[in-house]
Amino acid sequence: MEKLVSIKSQAIPLPIEDIDTDQIIPARFLKAINREGFGENLFRDWRFDQNDQHKESFVLNNPDYVGSILVAGKNFGCGSSREHAAWALYDYGFRVVISSFFADIFKGNALNNGILPIVVDNEQLHQIFQHIEEDHTSKFEVDLPSQELKFGNFCIKFEIDPYKKDCLLNGHDDIDYLLSIKDEIIAFENKQLIY
Amino acid sequence: MNRLGKKEPKTLFDKIWDAHVVKQVTEDRQVIYIDRHFIHEVTSPQAFNGLRRRSIPIFRKDKITATADHNVPTKNQHLPIVEPNSRKQVDTLIDNCSEYNIPLYGLGHEKQGIVHVIGPEQGLTKPGMTIVCGDSHTSTHGAFGCIAFGIGTSQVEQVMATQCLLLEKPQKMKIEVDGKLSKGVTAKDLILYIISKLSTSGGTGYFIEYTGSAIETLSMEGRMTVCNMSIEMGARGGLIAPDETTFDYLKNREHAPKEEHWEMAVDFWNNLKSDDGCSFDKEYLFHAEEISPMVTYGTNPGMGMGVSDFFPLATNRKAIDYMGLNDQKQLIGKEVQHVFIGSCTNARIEDLRAVASFVEGKQKAENITALIVPGSKKVERQAKKEGLDIIFKNAGFELREPGCSACLGMNEDKIPSGEYCVSTSNRNFEGRQGPGARTILASPLTAAAAAIHGKIVDVREFL
Repeated sequence: MEKLVSIKSQAIPLPIEDIDTDQIIPARFLKAINREGFGENLFRDWRFDQNDQHKESFVLNNPDYVGSILVAGKNFGCGSSREHAAWALYDYGFRVVISSFFADIFKGNALNNGILPIVVDNEQLHQIFQHIEEDHTSKFEVDLPSQELKFGNFCIKFEIDPYKKDCLLNGHDDIDYLLSIKDEIIAFENKQLIY
Repeated sequence: MNRLGKKEPKTLFDKIWDAHVVKQVTEDRQVIYIDRHFIHEVTSPQAFNGLRRRSIPIFRKDKITATADHNVPTKNQHLPIVEPNSRKQVDTLIDNCSEYNIPLYGLGHEKQGIVHVIGPEQGLTKPGMTIVCGDSHTSTHGAFGCIAFGIGTSQVEQVMATQCLLLEKPQKMKIEVDGKLSKGVTAKDLILYIISKLSTSGGTGYFIEYTGSAIETLSMEGRMTVCNMSIEMGARGGLIAPDETTFDYLKNREHAPKEEHWEMAVDFWNNLKSDDGCSFDKEYLFHAEEISPMVTYGTNPGMGMGVSDFFPLATNRKAIDYMGLNDQKQLIGKEVQHVFIGSCTNARIEDLRAVASFVEGKQKAENITALIVPGSKKVERQAKKEGLDIIFKNAGFELREPGCSACLGMNEDKIPSGEYCVSTSNRNFEGRQGPGARTILASPLTAAAAAIHGKIVDVREFL
């Protein structure tokens, strides 16, 4: 997994609630057997019409909005457990997603793929959208060691599980840890009930 | 134990979870042992690649069961898959299972089917277990008193490598439904009703235990339908304490304990219930009599209502626009073009029987395409044994071969853009059943009635 320490970028606004993983990457694009290349179909049916033409009104088709930070309405990533949603965001270039609420499975998948989900409260989310509306070129700064999100004159301190923070900073994933305790897993199995 | 040496009352969830803690890692994170791992063609190839890349063997291959379901055609399954990418993905599963010696119920196998249908049907799903699969509807297995939940592909790889996951313990929610469901109101209506009350995110961060007389009187099929849709409230999973209904379902199934082991297992399973006085982080109480046949009108499963109700005033306009319902106030009488009976929510034999009992001797409306996709080869065989296939054929319904099919439209079974489908599946997201498709979630009975009448009707008027 790629390390993530700090990011400075424009933020792309997607002020829509309950964005499900079928919108992030529709099921018909899940047929690949590798992790790469899903960015091409990120938000496919919002980016393209049925004749594969760009929908001009969608923010990702606006050349003024380019960056590695996505800001979305509450309950981002609900629905299917497909990790392809995290792969698609990563492949497209997003490393940070900001929302007031994330669906559980998506949040775990993001963290396992070097994407930082930042949870802010409703008021802060509103502030962020307003700030982007006033100046979409404004740069947002995310600093993981200090757990700070800065934009304009604002500075938001965000929470992250210390273990997951360490994983992101060092590019480690859970499998490294789990493999290191194999003996304890075997000991557990030996005393487990059979039913 | 507390300081007085008295046992603290525990929830069913805590009992199972605590029995699977291998190690406490940080204050919030624990290593949890996984008893059963189901895999399928869509979310496993990258996990196998990961293992190969790091030269890690599979730790406990006897705890993994594989099937092909998400991406398979539902016609001519005996022939090679025509669509090249689907074929490649299914072939990759075959190659991976063969390389790592994992049992595969692939296309053509007598046990093939939707992963959450075949697990219970083979007796692989048993009370007290921890069960995972790279699919969010793994919550289905909770009907047996299991902690069962969907995981991402990185976690699929972790379970393959170590049979464990590093997890934060979720909070606990109790949803009690008392009373008795009215005629024409099913388990699907019950869960759509609960989701409409809690919203699509109301369960996020929780694991749900469903209790109460309305839950206890459900069949195992009905309980699976309820637990299946726990994820549609954002909950990782939902579970129901095992009882005689559970044991009757499991007895004599292929992987169920046999002879003296059966008695010992039942003794153990009988302890799997929440203790009196245990505490939940959140509790809800609903009354079964208040539930009507349900339909969804919007673009997430929380947007549900009684079949004769008006759209709520605060309805999301984007959803109503997508559904093409701007000039309407309710769904009753709305003409539809498709009916889909299938998916891990409602493609078990009981669901097919409910549809057959309604459509027997009737004809589908001319404007309707009606598709029935059984949940497994076993369900398909049983339906044919009972003559349901003839009833479906005479009513103008097409009975296909097993798979996830039009629930997510990964294969050819898609709903055309702009058209309406009354679907027994679990998600009505934009484009879920095909780009531009408009999904109305409902029970098998309500779907069957829509097929016969060509529009949304209150099935209770025809029973």
